[in-house]
Amino acid sequence: MRPGSNARRTGRTYSRRQFGQAAAGIVLFFSMRPGAILGQSAPGGLPADLKANRRLDSWLRINAEGNIEVFTGKVELGQGNLTALAQIAAEELDVAFERVRMRPVDTSHSPDESYTAGSASIQAGGSALGYAAANARAILLELAAAKLGVPIGSLTVDDGVISSSGAANRVTYWQLASETPLARNAGNDVPLKSTSKYRIVGTSVPRLDIPAKLTGGEAYVQDMRVPGMLFGRVVRPPSYGARLSAFDDTAVKALPGVVSVVRDGRFLGVVARREEQALAARAVLQRAATWTTRSELPDDARLAHFLRASTDARVTTVSSRSPGPNTPQAVKTLTGNYFKPYVAHASIGPSCALAAVSDRILTVWSHTQGPYQLRIDLAKATGLALDNIRVIHAQGSGCYGHNGADDVALDAALLSRAVDGAPVKVQWMRDDEFGWEPFGSAMAMTVQAKLAGDGSIVDWQYDLWSDSFNMRPGLPGGVNLLAAWHLAQPFQATPPSEIPLPSGGADRNAVPYYDFPSQRITEHFLPTLPIRVSALRSLGAFGNAFAVESFMDELAETVGADPVEYRLRHLRDDRAKAVIRAVADRAHWQPGAKGDGTRGRGISFLRYESVKTYVALVADIVVDRTAGVIRVERMTAAADAGLIVTPDGISNQIEGSIIQGTSWALKEAVRFDRERITSRDWASYPILSFPEVPEIDIVLLNRPDLPSLGAGEAALPPVPAAIANAFFNATGKRLRDLPFGRDRVKAALT
Amino acid sequence: MPETFRIQVNGVEHSVTADGDTPLLYVLRNDLGLNGPKFGCGLEQCGACTAIVGAEAIRTCVFPLSAVGSAPVVTLEGLGTVEEPHPLQKAFIAEQAAQCGYCINGMIMTAKALLDRNPRPTRTEIRQALARNLCRCGTHLRIVRAIENAAKGAVP
Repeated sequence: MRPGSNARRTGRTYSRRQFGQAAAGIVLFFSMRPGAILGQSAPGGLPADLKANRRLDSWLRINAEGNIEVFTGKVELGQGNLTALAQIAAEELDVAFERVRMRPVDTSHSPDESYTAGSASIQAGGSALGYAAANARAILLELAAAKLGVPIGSLTVDDGVISSSGAANRVTYWQLASETPLARNAGNDVPLKSTSKYRIVGTSVPRLDIPAKLTGGEAYVQDMRVPGMLFGRVVRPPSYGARLSAFDDTAVKALPGVVSVVRDGRFLGVVARREEQALAARAVLQRAATWTTRSELPDDARLAHFLRASTDARVTTVSSRSPGPNTPQAVKTLTGNYFKPYVAHASIGPSCALAAVSDRILTVWSHTQGPYQLRIDLAKATGLALDNIRVIHAQGSGCYGHNGADDVALDAALLSRAVDGAPVKVQWMRDDEFGWEPFGSAMAMTVQAKLAGDGSIVDWQYDLWSDSFNMRPGLPGGVNLLAAWHLAQPFQATPPSEIPLPSGGADRNAVPYYDFPSQRITEHFLPTLPIRVSALRSLGAFGNAFAVESFMDELAETVGADPVEYRLRHLRDDRAKAVIRAVADRAHWQPGAKGDGTRGRGISFLRYESVKTYVALVADIVVDRTAGVIRVERMTAAADAGLIVTPDGISNQIEGSIIQGTSWALKEAVRFDRERITSRDWASYPILSFPEVPEIDIVLLNRPDLPSLGAGEAALPPVPAAIANAFFNATGKRLRDLPFGRDRVKAALT
Repeated sequence: MPETFRIQVNGVEHSVTADGDTPLLYVLRNDLGLNGPKFGCGLEQCGACTAIVGAEAIRTCVFPLSAVGSAPVVTLEGLGTVEEPHPLQKAFIAEQAAQCGYCINGMIMTAKALLDRNPRPTRTEIRQALARNLCRCGTHLRIVRAIENAAKGAVP
C-alpha cells in the first residue's frame, strides 16, 4: 500500500436477503420504546468523542466530485468497524453508501478517539460520527434553503440531491461543497434521523476492505513498499531479564546486504537491503550475542497457588451489598476455586511497521490500536517533539488487543534512525511475537455462596487475584514500548493500575449481573508479577464469567434446579432474561435433561461489562473419555446488542468470539520455565484447528429503538463456562481450571 | 552467492537474482511485488504464505527459490482480480469469509489445490484439507461454506 492510499472498493452491493441467509441464524426484531436514537450517550449532550473533537471538518469533508470523505479516530482491526461507520455516515447524511470514503487514522488530521478497543467503535465512535454527519446535513440544508428560497422544513434529500416541493430547482451537496462551512463546532441541537427511516443502518453491507484482501491487493502495512525501503529485524534477549554479557558484530557486518547493525543497551537490530538478507543477519546476530539469564519466573505448574499466595496484592472491595431485613436465612454454603492461565493474542501475522524520517518528521505506519497514544510514547522514547512525529494507521493482522503492534513501531523508528532516516520496514518473527507480546493476565478466582431453603442465593462472596490488563502506550508515568526498556538509557513501564468499573480490567464482569441480596466482590490486584501483560480481548471478563457462570451451574445442580430457570430466577433485567430464553428456545433446551456420559450440554450468560451486549450460549459437546478430549460440536448463541448496524458484521464477530473462546478454553496457555517463555511457535502454542471448530447458530435480538451496544467481545467470556457446564452435564464432573486439555479432562474423569 | 533464476509466476516468466536458498515467499513479495502470500511463521505451521507450485499447495516461507525450477507458480493474484474474481474469491466475498483476512491467502490457495484434485469435496474433506491452515479471528465456518459454494458452483 502506498502511503495515504485507501483500500480498494467495489461498487457491488448485496441484498439483505443474501446476507440474512448466509449468516448462521436469524434476526428477531424487538421494539421497546419509540424515539430512542443511535447510540445516544447522554441526553442533550454530545457524544464524548465528538465533544473531544468538536470541529466538523475533522470528521467529514464533502467533495465537489460527489463523495464524502470520513475521518474517524477508530481503526480497522479486521472487525469491519469502518464499514459500519460508513453506513452510519451515509445514513445520517442521506447519501448512497458508495459515496463514503473512509480514511485511515492519521495523527496529522484525524479526530483523536483514543484506542480502538473495548467493543466501542459503534457505541462511542458511531454515535460521534452520526452526530457530526447530522450536523453537516443541517448546515447543507440551511445553505440550500437560502439558495432555493424555500423554508428548511420543505426540503428533502435523496443521495445528496436537495429538493423542495415549493421550488422547481434542486441543489446537490456537491454543488454546495466549496461553500459549506464545516470549519465550525458541532452543536447538540441537531436531531438524528428516526430509526424508522433507516435505509442503510441495519442492513448487511459487504465489507469495504474484503475484496482487496481476497485478491492480493495492497491491504496491510506488511504490503507497503516505498522507494529506497530497507528491511529490519530485531534480536531480543532470550528472557525478560537477560543481560547482554558479550557481543561481537564483526561477522554480521560482513554479511551481504547488511546496511547497519544496531546495538543500544540490550536492544539489537539489523538493517539490510533485502528481506532474506535481514533474516540471515538476524540469525548470525543471535549467535553473536551472549546472554546471562536468571531464574525470574514462577512455577508454571503451580501458577494459581502463586497468584493467591502473592504478598504484594492491593486489595480493594469492588462491590458490596449487605443483606436486608427480609433476606432469608442461609442453610447451605458452597465454595469453588477457578483458574485462567496467561493467554496469547497469537496474531497470525507477526507485528510490522514502516518508519521513515523526512523533513525532520518521523512518520510511522502502524497497525496500532491507538495512533495518538502510540505517538505519545514514541515521543518519549525517541526524544522527539509530538509535532515531529506522525503516526498513520495501516492495517495488520487481527490483534484482539495489545499485541506487538506498538512495540514494532518503535523498533522501526530506531532502525530507521540508524540509517539516517531511510524507510525501514520491520516485521517480527514468529518467536518475537510469542516471546515478547504482552499476554492476557492469569487469574485465580474463588466464589462462596450461601443458599436459602428454597435454593435461592442469599449471599455471594467473590475473590479475584490478577495482574493489570492495561499496559498500553500513552499512559502517564512511563513508556510502554518494549525496546524503550532495553535501551542503554532505559525507560520504565508505567505503574500498573486498574481500569475503573463498569468497564474494569481484571475485575471486568467480576460483579455478577444477577440480583443477590448480599454480596462482596474483592479484587487482589497483583502489580509486581514478572510476566509481561496487557489488554487481550474481553480482559478479565473471560476468567470472571468462567467462574461466575460455572458456579451458577453448580448451585443450580446442588438445589436440583434447571440451569436456565435458576438463572432467570436471579435476574431482574428483562433483556437478560430474553436472551436466555431465546437461546434455550433455539437450542430446544429440555429442562432436567442429563447427558449420557459422553454427550452433554451447558448454558452460560453474560452482559458484557454490565452495560454492553447481552449474550447467552448453549454448548453441545462430546467427550472422548479415553483420549481425554472434549469436542464442541455446536454452539447456539443469542445476543442483544441494541440497534444492530450491520447484522452480518455482528454475526461475524460473535462467530469469531465463540471460536476464539473455544480455542482458549480447550487449548490455550502460555508456557514458561523458570527463566523464559517457552511457547514460541504454533507447535508450543496450539490453537483450535478447522476439524475442531464447532458449528454455530446465532439468534440476534434486534432492538431498533435502543442504542447500539458494543458487541465485538461479548460472546467470548461466556464460552468456557458453557463448555464446562456441558462437561458436567455429560460426565457429572466439574472442570475448574483452564484450559480443558487432555490432562485436566482425564484427571477430572478419574 | 546470488544467481539468476528464471521462474514462471501467474503465467509470466520472470528473471530473479538472489541466493538459491532464498525462501520463495520473499521473491514473490519483494522482487515480484505480490501481496497475496504472507509471512506468518516461517516454520510451515500456519499456511499464510501458501502458493501453488506445479499442482501442489506449497508453504513458500520454507520453499527455496532454487527448487522451483520450471514448475509454474500461481499466487492469489493469479486467480482473479477485484473486477474479475475467481469463483473461490467470489465465494469468499459472498460469504464475507474474512475478518482481518491475513490468513485468507492460504485458505484460498489450499482450497484451490483441493478443488483441482477433488472438485466436489465433502465438508469433512474441506475441514481436513485446511487442518494445517490457522485462522485466529474465527472465520472458519464461513471459509468452509465459501469453499462448499465454490465447489457447487453456487455463487451468484
